[in-house]
Amino acid sequence: MTIHDLAQGAEKVAYDARRQRILDCIALKQPDRMPVALYATFWLAKYGGLTCKELMYDYDKTAAVATRAVEEFEPDAIAPFVQVTAAGKSLEAIGFKQLQWPGHGVGDNQPFQYLDREYMKADEYDDFLFDPTGYYLRTYLPRVASAFEGFEDLPIFPGLHYFRLVAGIRPFAKPSVRAALEKVIAAAEEVDRFVGHAVAFNEGMAKKGYPLINGAIAVSPYDFIADYFRGATGMMKDLFRHKDKLLALLDKASEFLTRQTIATAKISGQEIVMIPIHWAPDAFMSGKQFETFWWPPFRKMMMGMIDAGLVPMPLWEADCTKRLETIRDIPAGKCIYWFERTDMVKAFEVLGDVVALRGNLSPSLMTTGTPQEVDAAVKHLVDRVWAKGGKLILDGAFGLPDETPVANVRAMFDAARRYAG
Amino acid sequence: MSDMTEAEAALVKHLADMEEDEALEIAERMLLEEEADPLRVLELCRTAMDIVGKRFEEGEYFLPELVLAGEMLDTIGAIAKPLIKQDESGPAKKLGKVLIGTVHGDLHDIGKNIVTFMLDINGFEVKDIGVDVPVATFIDEIRAYGPDVVGLSGFLTLAFDSMKETIAAFEAAGMRSDFKIMIGGGQIDETVRGYTGADAFGVNAVEAVALCKTWMGVAA
Repeated sequence: MTIHDLAQGAEKVAYDARRQRILDCIALKQPDRMPVALYATFWLAKYGGLTCKELMYDYDKTAAVATRAVEEFEPDAIAPFVQVTAAGKSLEAIGFKQLQWPGHGVGDNQPFQYLDREYMKADEYDDFLFDPTGYYLRTYLPRVASAFEGFEDLPIFPGLHYFRLVAGIRPFAKPSVRAALEKVIAAAEEVDRFVGHAVAFNEGMAKKGYPLINGAIAVSPYDFIADYFRGATGMMKDLFRHKDKLLALLDKASEFLTRQTIATAKISGQEIVMIPIHWAPDAFMSGKQFETFWWPPFRKMMMGMIDAGLVPMPLWEADCTKRLETIRDIPAGKCIYWFERTDMVKAFEVLGDVVALRGNLSPSLMTTGTPQEVDAAVKHLVDRVWAKGGKLILDGAFGLPDETPVANVRAMFDAARRYAG
Repeated sequence: MSDMTEAEAALVKHLADMEEDEALEIAERMLLEEEADPLRVLELCRTAMDIVGKRFEEGEYFLPELVLAGEMLDTIGAIAKPLIKQDESGPAKKLGKVLIGTVHGDLHDIGKNIVTFMLDINGFEVKDIGVDVPVATFIDEIRAYGPDVVGLSGFLTLAFDSMKETIAAFEAAGMRSDFKIMIGGGQIDETVRGYTGADAFGVNAVEAVALCKTWMGVAA
């Protein structure tokens, strides 16, 4: 039994109808009405009267407030709200260093923020390329999470054999390695509780008739290296200084990220894979750089996912207007392209016959506008995209901004029903 | 700078074309072997940066080129500056003073750093007061520095309210009319400009430079 079979009776009918709207959009068929997605992170805190810290640390409160929001707005598809917010205890247990979150670097009522740093040095490309797993174990993991400190002392595995293999495991007796393993096990136990709560929420929502639209998550090869390894400026310099090694690593990452994404999506039973895209925007690199470094490894990854029956859902952040013609090169009816600031009308004109679209009420409108302005913005998208045959899944630009007044969320859902079924 | 020697012209070209190894080799040879005037070498760097800025403006160059250009400039500057004789190193005339920082609650700095670099190479004196800057710190820094322009940066949507509060505090402190205010960041648009009460917003570093030049009465 999959998550799609959990609901019964009227809830099952509602679940199937909602899910079918999304599946129709993906297949470029006309659904019975324009679907609306509910995606939010810290907006839930504002909505439910919780602090950001409570949202990250209290599994039950987070699940309760998310359930309330889903039942109030009755969206066609939802985010795995517990999974995307309630990671506080796990982050703490693993000693995660790449993020600042409430109580750890930012105030109790502030959202978490990623720390852009150089987590991999420029001269480590060869190590990473030669043995990605060894590089992770002995170099990367201790740098990004304190629970792994001590893994530097692990043996070099490739080459261990026969009696050399027996002697080779000696480092596991070192106090540093032993302590690290104990910390990692303790952290994993917390992560197990976290995931248990996240799965319980997702299944509970499925039973109430609400399907997930981004149950699985992945990263593009370029963003993976830029954000989580080399840092923004390190990566930009590498385009000139380490071009060949960077291209080799992008290609390799494309392969292992595809394998990992397929494996985790299969476990979760979710075929739609959200891929937040950070470094593709028009302003961040030239067309030539995009077509050399960014797009080929990502396209290869998307093709691998499609071949495995998954639905890539890249969220193209910022303005990607100049990329539209390039990213059109993908089989029709297999993806959802979620746009943040790219003009949706323009995106529809270029991509409407190839992909479903998602988005994109602007953050400034949602946070500072009136319900009437939100209504008008929805009508604009309905008139210019949906009514012209665009397979649009309505949403905020990146879900709901944290500060969005509830009245504006209500206006978004009401307007969608009023103008597009 | 039409009166450049062949080597000088080559330095400018390599810098402008992002040929880092070639550019640094020439700069090092000039400064360390040929004992060229360090001020002259820095002038050549500025000429190259003008070309880089122009190519950025024209959509040929993007952030990676600005970052590498900044890096090359830093490397050459680190060699050249200690060689400048004391009496020659009087401060060059600047177009104006800009104070810049990321508003409270927001820790993002990439955009702010690029704007700072572009203003600097375009002849502005820039003071960067960092990220997550409290309102009171902005006010203290402005009093001490006396900027012509204040730049407020922010990437998160929470920055809308932080910018609004910061500008309201300038108003309450009676300093709002002493300088112009520009805002920038991933989610900033005209709606946010109106909401915060800033004078203008920019979507990239070139727009920030153009705003400052306009306000200082310099041809943008």
